[in-house]
Amino acid sequence: MSTVIRVENLDLFYGDFHALKKVPMEVLARHITALIGPSGCGKSTLLRTLNRMNDLVPGVKITGSILFDGKEIYGLGIDVCTLRKRIGMVFQRPNPFPLSVYDNVAFGLRVDGRSSRRQIEDIVEQSLKRAWLWEPLKDRLNDSALSLPLDQQQRLCIARLLAVEPEVILMDEPCSALDPISTSKIEELMLELKKDYTIVIVTHNMQQAARISDYSGYMLLGEMIEFDATDKIFTNPREGRTQDYISGRYG
Amino acid sequence: MRVSPKFTQALAVLLLGSATLLTLAVLFFVIAFVLVKGLPGVTWDFLTTAPKEMGKEGGIFPTLVGTILLPLLAIGIAVPLGVGTAIYLTEYTRENRMTRALRFGTDCLAGIPSIIFGLFGFIFFVVMLKMGWCLLSGALTLAIMVLPTIIRTSEEAIRSVPNAYREVSFSLGATRWETVIKVILPNALPGIVTGMVLGVGRSIGETAAVIFTAGSSLRMPLTVFDSVRTMSVHFYILAREGISNEKAYATASVLIISVLLINLVAYTMMHRFISKRAK
Repeated sequence: MSTVIRVENLDLFYGDFHALKKVPMEVLARHITALIGPSGCGKSTLLRTLNRMNDLVPGVKITGSILFDGKEIYGLGIDVCTLRKRIGMVFQRPNPFPLSVYDNVAFGLRVDGRSSRRQIEDIVEQSLKRAWLWEPLKDRLNDSALSLPLDQQQRLCIARLLAVEPEVILMDEPCSALDPISTSKIEELMLELKKDYTIVIVTHNMQQAARISDYSGYMLLGEMIEFDATDKIFTNPREGRTQDYISGRYG
Repeated sequence: MRVSPKFTQALAVLLLGSATLLTLAVLFFVIAFVLVKGLPGVTWDFLTTAPKEMGKEGGIFPTLVGTILLPLLAIGIAVPLGVGTAIYLTEYTRENRMTRALRFGTDCLAGIPSIIFGLFGFIFFVVMLKMGWCLLSGALTLAIMVLPTIIRTSEEAIRSVPNAYREVSFSLGATRWETVIKVILPNALPGIVTGMVLGVGRSIGETAAVIFTAGSSLRMPLTVFDSVRTMSVHFYILAREGISNEKAYATASVLIISVLLINLVAYTMMHRFISKRAK
């Protein structure tokens, strides 16, 4: 099993606020790694540091090491755009562009500008298939993405991401806007995607972490309290604080 | 005695309703007044022939051409500059003292009477740069005049594009420029077009700044260095100098109809674009 992302001693400040404190983490290829913890613990911040989306926040300061594919992602000579194509992201709320289904999936390819029309058509079809949307949507490619139900919108966002062929998929509470049935569909899809992609998911839903993830990290107030195999975290955690949280005694 | 809520509700509806009615009535009256007096004089000949005897006889063809060319050129200069500035202020800089000063400056510029721009254009373009009264001097002056409007409306339009769109675009590996071109401008277009239409409207209706910079020649402009007269200026001169009231109202009618047509065309084009994007 190979390590895709290795985080060590990561400190992050938003102005004076110390949001991440000496955080370590290891992400294994073709596994699902879940980050759990109460709101404001820094799990989303950690996730957004991995594809450098935090660069867009004014006044952010980051120290420590994040190795992706053996290279320091905050190091010199790293092209942020290339990095973000390799480490893609699915957001909390489904956020398709106000374009057709087809144009949404083709977006990344058109920005890239290296694919021909024909290639784009193929990739759009493949991406929709991988996100299990081809069957329901193959006759509705020209419909507005905004007319789809929310779970299809979220899977469309996943398809849009798959089209740029990322290696790692970061998911920031991808099911929090969805009902339980839609959530289970997305979870099934994640287990399928795990065969080809490395997934890191932030979730406030502990059952979800337990159901789908291989490794889990419990974060509290900007610290990584415990990071281990999910079985271990949920059955026999090393730390009392982790135990308190997963058993619902957190206070 | 307490007034019943039902009564205040009825009163509110009455007052707001009459305010709306009054506004519409005034607007309708002005337009109807001009059209009734002017439309009989609008004939095919009036539109397509040159004026004779300073406009006492004949048509308005050269001023019609001037009215099309001058605002078009002005907007052609102002839109790239204005939209570019708006993009830079919103997407490429963070809010700081400089952007606030710039914004304050554009707001002040928007409130300056047009005659001041006319005077500036006259001194700078016409005299100092020795360009003379011409289409280009006029267009540059009008461009400066409508620039603040275009910057502010474009800025508002760009700002109202949801941040989620920017995030998604960046997360898919797009650069800031690609995000601007592929995501921000298409979504901000309706607002930008509104600014353009406002700018065209102001340019078409402008007289003071135009007389000072583009002159008032009744000859047909052949290059941008020829003087032109717009319909607004023509109308002003016909009425002011008492040349012909009848021709003045006819010119005004054509002016009103052109402005209506421009708005109509701009908004239909915009709606077509929007519905094409997300149907």
